[in-house]
Order: sequence, then structure tokens, then C-alpha cells
Amino acid sequence: MTLYDLCFYFFSIVAVFSSLIVISAKNTVHSVLFLILSFINGSALFVLLGAEFLAMILIVVYVGAVAVLFLFVVMMLDINFVKIREGFLQYMPLGILLGVVLLTELILVLISKKMMSSGLVEYSSIPNFSQNENTKDLGEVLYTDYFLLFQLSGFILLIAMIGSITLTLRTRSGVKKQNIFDQVNLDSKNQIVKKKVPLNKGIE
Amino acid sequence: MTVSLGHFLTLGAILFTIGVIGIFLNKKNVIIILMSIELILLSVNLNFIAFSSYLNDISGQVFAMFTLTVAAAEAAIGLAILVSFFRNKASISVENINEMKG
Repeated sequence: MTLYDLCFYFFSIVAVFSSLIVISAKNTVHSVLFLILSFINGSALFVLLGAEFLAMILIVVYVGAVAVLFLFVVMMLDINFVKIREGFLQYMPLGILLGVVLLTELILVLISKKMMSSGLVEYSSIPNFSQNENTKDLGEVLYTDYFLLFQLSGFILLIAMIGSITLTLRTRSGVKKQNIFDQVNLDSKNQIVKKKVPLNKGIE
Repeated sequence: MTVSLGHFLTLGAILFTIGVIGIFLNKKNVIIILMSIELILLSVNLNFIAFSSYLNDISGQVFAMFTLTVAAAEAAIGLAILVSFFRNKASISVENINEMKG
């Protein structure tokens, strides 16, 4: 047992247990917080695998943006959490059955003859860290071979931004707002009207 | 036990299964379903990075980065749909999403 192994077991056990709490917590706020914990453990595992840049990106994007977004939505929506839990026990046997089947299948693939004979699964040397920094390695590939995909992922983010704004934006009726376009487009000739006011009558 | 690629792949499989079970258990709470999808994507990323690291090929990390991008976009859109759904129906249960009678 080296320090590397101990770190792996520690982080993976915490990740598994916190993700179990994510799906079973009574309070949705708690599950968001445990989602953050499992992401932090995931990023620690990424560091163990030598992907430092992605580990930091995981913390920045997931813990800093996505999880906070989840937290905002959970706290803004006025939800009755007790009512929401009603179906939990009803679906429990089916869910666990499917889970066990899926996990068995995945592990059977791992210990299958083909995987074992390739020698890949038991390949246990600590990952071969490159002499360069991970960020530099990633950048050299990302900005050359994968440049088109990189740009496309930027477009995906742009479309996601526009889409989520148009989905949540609503124009309320009956709210007095300053409309600069209307103000600028007013015709000055129609704004001031000279009227002759008859005595003792006024104008309507 | 020395940690090998198989350990990382097993961990990925366990996290993936937990995510799938989460989708089944929380049929009434779309927020937890979205979080389970995030867990599934995390486990996929873990597999990508484990292979990339043990095969000494950086392409896996590039793909993990694209997965992160798509996951962030998906979370934003999903939560936006959720908010506008909650405004109209005052609930976030999957069972109430039957506007199209499908």
C-alpha cells in the first residue's frame, strides 16, 4: 500500500458515499451539497491520474458554476419536499434491481477474458506523467488537431446561454418601464400642441 | 492492493450505476434527476481520463473537456426549462409533464 493507493481508496470511497447521499437525501439542498463533495473527490482522482488541468476545470465549472446554479434553483423554487418523496419507496426495488444488473454487467465486461488477456486492466504502474505540464500538453492538441471541435463547443455554450435566457425571460404586463426606443423615436412636432382656451370653458 | 486501471474503471462503473439508480428512485424530483445525470457524466469523464492516463494518450482528456462543456450547457438548459415549467405548473414532478399526451 503506497500513499498513492491510500489516496485512491480514500477519495473513491468518499465519492461513492457522497453520491449515494445525493440520490437518497431527504432535503434537496443537502443533495446539492453532497454533489459538490463528490465533484471535489472526483477532481482529486483526476489529479491522481495526472490530469491537473481538468481537475481544476472540474472545480471551477462544476463546483463554481453548475452546483451553485443548482443551489439557486433549489432555493428559488418553492417546493414541498415531503410530497416529492412519495414515490421513493415505490420505485426502490425496481431501481435497485436495475442497478445491480447494470453494475454486474459493467464489472463482467471488466473481468471478461478479452479485457484480462489484453493486460490493460491490471496495468498498474502509476500513470506515466509527461515531462511537460498537463495544461501545455492539452493546449498543444486542443488548438491544433481539435480546433474545430473546440470552436464548436464554444458555440454550444453560446447557444445554451441564449436558450436559457429566452426560456426564462418573460415580459410582465402592467409594469411601467422606460422604453428608450419609443422615447427617441417620438416626433417632436406632435408633442406640443398650441390650443386656444376659451374663457370659462377649458379644454377636455 | 496496488491501484490499476481496473480500479478506476470499477469506480466509474459504480458511480454510473448510482446515477442510473438515482434517476429511477427520484421520479418526482427533476432536480435530483439532473444531478444524477451530472454524476453519470462525471463517471464517464473518470473513465476517459483513466484510459488517457494509462494509455499515455492526451486525446482522452480533450474529450473529457468537451464532455464537461456539453454537461454545463445541458445543466443550464435543463434548469431553465425546469424554472419555466415550475412557473406554469407549480410543481417539478415528472408525472405532471404530460402536455403532449405522449
